[in-house]
Amino acid sequence: MLRIKDLQAGIEGKQILKGINLEIGAGEVHAIMGPNGSGKSTLASVLAGRPEYEVTGGSVTFNGKDLLEFSPEARAGEGLFLAFQYPVEIPGLSTTNFIKTAVNEVRKYRGQQELDAVSFLKVMKEKMKLMEMDQALLTRALNEGFSGGEKKRNEIFQMAMLEPKLAVLDETDSGLDIDAIRIVSDGVNKFRSKDNAVLAITHYQRLLDYIVPDFVHVLYNGRIVKSGSKELALELEERGYDFIKNEIKEEAAA
Amino acid sequence: MKSDIYHQDKHIDSEIDIIEQTVSSEYKYGFVTNIEADEAPPGLSEDIIRFISSKKNEPEWMLEWRLKAFKQWQKMEEPNWAHIKYPRVNYQDIIYYSAPKQKVKPGSIEEVDPELRKTFDKLGISLEEQKRISGVAVDVVMDSVSIATTFKTQLSELGIIFCSMSEAIQKHPDLVRKYLSSVVPASDNYFAALNSAVFSDGSFCYIPKNTRCPMELSTYFRINAQNSGQFERTLIIAEEGSYVSYLEGCTAPKRDENQLHAAVVELIAMERAEIKYSTVQNWFPGDKDGNGGIYNFVTKRGLCKGDYSKISWAQVETGSAITWKYPSVILKGDYSVGEFYSVAVTNHFQQADTGTKMSHLGKHTKSRIVSKGISAGKSQNSYRGLVHVGKNALNARNFSQCDSMLLGDKCGAHTFPYIEVKNNTAIVEHEATTSKIGEDQLFYCNQRGIDTETAVALIINGFAREVMNKLPMEFAVEAKKLLAVSLEGSVG
Repeated sequence: MLRIKDLQAGIEGKQILKGINLEIGAGEVHAIMGPNGSGKSTLASVLAGRPEYEVTGGSVTFNGKDLLEFSPEARAGEGLFLAFQYPVEIPGLSTTNFIKTAVNEVRKYRGQQELDAVSFLKVMKEKMKLMEMDQALLTRALNEGFSGGEKKRNEIFQMAMLEPKLAVLDETDSGLDIDAIRIVSDGVNKFRSKDNAVLAITHYQRLLDYIVPDFVHVLYNGRIVKSGSKELALELEERGYDFIKNEIKEEAAA
Repeated sequence: MKSDIYHQDKHIDSEIDIIEQTVSSEYKYGFVTNIEADEAPPGLSEDIIRFISSKKNEPEWMLEWRLKAFKQWQKMEEPNWAHIKYPRVNYQDIIYYSAPKQKVKPGSIEEVDPELRKTFDKLGISLEEQKRISGVAVDVVMDSVSIATTFKTQLSELGIIFCSMSEAIQKHPDLVRKYLSSVVPASDNYFAALNSAVFSDGSFCYIPKNTRCPMELSTYFRINAQNSGQFERTLIIAEEGSYVSYLEGCTAPKRDENQLHAAVVELIAMERAEIKYSTVQNWFPGDKDGNGGIYNFVTKRGLCKGDYSKISWAQVETGSAITWKYPSVILKGDYSVGEFYSVAVTNHFQQADTGTKMSHLGKHTKSRIVSKGISAGKSQNSYRGLVHVGKNALNARNFSQCDSMLLGDKCGAHTFPYIEVKNNTAIVEHEATTSKIGEDQLFYCNQRGIDTETAVALIINGFAREVMNKLPMEFAVEAKKLLAVSLEGSVG
C-alpha cells in the first residue's frame, strides 16, 4: 500500500529525514517510535504534504501512485488521513459542517456521489455510535474550547467518517489520560480492517498496549535504525531509548 | 436533539452547496440590459430637479421640498473625514434621472416589459417565482424608477402599504409629508441633501397599529444605465405594536467608470414596534485592478420613537468600490433597543468605512453592535462607530464587538470607536479582535480533502456566523454565497 524509499526531507534548509525506508501492506499496523527530535512528526507532515516541508530525495508510492506529486487535498482523496498532534481550532465553523464538507469533497474526488443532508446524517449517526462520539461536540465550533481528549476523539471520528486507506496517527496519545487513550484506541481498533492500514507514531509504548502493532520501527536521527515485532516496543519501554543510541554507537565503532 | 441536528444540517447543506457552486465564479451580475431609457441630460441644476419632479407628476410641496434641499446642498462641502480615497466626483457628469421606458405603466407583474423581467430572472429574482413560492413581497427599483411591487393586494387587506415612493407621494401624501426627512433631514449631510434634491424613487412601507407583517418585504435595487446615479429613498413607518422585517438587495452591471449611489433610508418605530432591516449589498466592486465600481454613500437611520420599540440593522457588505455608511439608531423611547450586525468584506482595491451610531436618549435604552470586517487583496476596511449616551439616558447599556480578519499582508483593517457618555449610570463595553487565517488552519482543511478556496469560505463563514444568523433564511444563503465569491483568489 505504502512504499517509502530513501526519503529525505527537511524544513528551512535543515535536513531532518535522512533516508527513510518503510513498507506498509493492507491490514497492517505499524508503529514508529523514537526519542524527541528524531523526525517522527516530520515524517507524518511530509506524507500529508505540509507545504513548509521540502522533500530533497527519495520516493513515496501510495497504492502504486507517486504520493509526492499530489496536493494535500488530493492525498486525502487518495485515502491518506493524518490525525494531528495539535488539531486546529476554527471559531464559528460547526464541526458537523466541517466534516460534511470534508466527506463530500473526498467523495467527489473518489468519484462517489455526494451525500445529501439526510444520508450524511444517517452515516454520521452510525459512526457516532460506533466511535462513542458525543453529539454535543459535533454541534460546537470545530475544536474550539475542546479539551485535549475531545480534540483527539474528534480526529478519530473524522478518520472514521472519511474512511481512509492509511491512517497516520501523529502522537495521538500525547496529553491524554489513560481513559482517553482507551477510548481513542477503541475507535482506531474498530476502524481497522484487512483493507486499510495504520501508522501510529508515538513516543510512549503505552498506546501500543491498546493499538497492538504488527511491526515496530525505531526512528532515530532521521533514519529507521531498528525494526521488529511488538516486543521491540516493550524492550524500548524497559530500557529507554539510550540502548538504541548505544547500539548505534557500537555499530559505528565496529 | 434529533430534530435540532437535522435542522442544523439542512442549513449546512445549502450553505455548502452554494459555496461549491460559486467559488469559481466572477461577479455574475455584471450584465447590461438593453432597454430604452427615458433620461434626463447629465448635470444638476434647478431645471433638472423641476424635470424630475414633473416627470413624476409630483405635487407642488414636493418640488419645493426638493428645491430647498438643493439650495442647502449647494452650500455644503463634500465631506472628507472617512478613511477612504477616491477622485472627486463631478456632479455635473451624472445623469440624475433614468427610467426604463415602458409603453404602459404596468398594472400588474404580468405587464412588466419582458426584457426587464429577463433581467430580474438573471438576478435570480423571478418576480413570478417570488410571487408564487417564497412569500416575500418584492419592490424592484431599476436605475431610478420602481418597476414592480408584488403582493400588494394581500398586504393591503391588512392595511399595510408597500409601494414605490413615487406612488406613496401620489396616494398617501399625508404620511409622506409627515415622516419624510423626519429622521434624516435634508441638511443632515452632503449626500442626504443631494438625495433629497434628486431622488427619483424608492420604497415606502407603512405598517398599521398592532399588525404583524406576515411576510418579508423586499426591495431589489439595480443600477443599469451608464453614467447614471441611483438615489433612492426608503421610508418605513411601524405604528404602535407592529412588526416588519425588510430586506434590501443591490446589484449593478460591470462598467469601467464609477457610478454613484447615494440613498437615504429612514425608519420610524412607534411604541412597542419592531423593525428589522437587512441588507445584502453587492454593487459592482470594480475589477481586480481597481477600475470601475460603485461609490456607495448612504445615509440610513432609524428612530425608536416610542417606548419599548426596537430597530435592528443587519448588513452584509461585499460590493461597491467604496462603501461609506453608518446605519444608526436614535434611541428616543424609554426601554428602546437598537442593534447593528454587520459583515463587511473588501477585496482587491475596495474601500469600506462603515459602522453605526447608537444615540441613547431615553431611559433604560440598550444597544448592541457586532461588526465583522474581512479584508483581502489591497483593500482597506474600517469600522467607525459612535455610542452616545445623553444626559437623561438613565441606565443606558451598550455592548460593542468589532472583529477584523485579514487575508494576506497588503490589506488594512482599522477600528475607530467613539464613545460619548453624559450620564454616569451608563454601562458601555467595547471588545475588539484582529485575526488572520492561519496556514495551519488551511493545511488542516486541506488534509481533510478541502481545497484552499473552499477552506477560506468555511473559515470566513465561521468568523461571520454570529451576524449571518441574524439574517432571514433566504438572505443568509445568498450572503454566504457572496462571501465566497468576494474573496475568490485572495489566498494562495
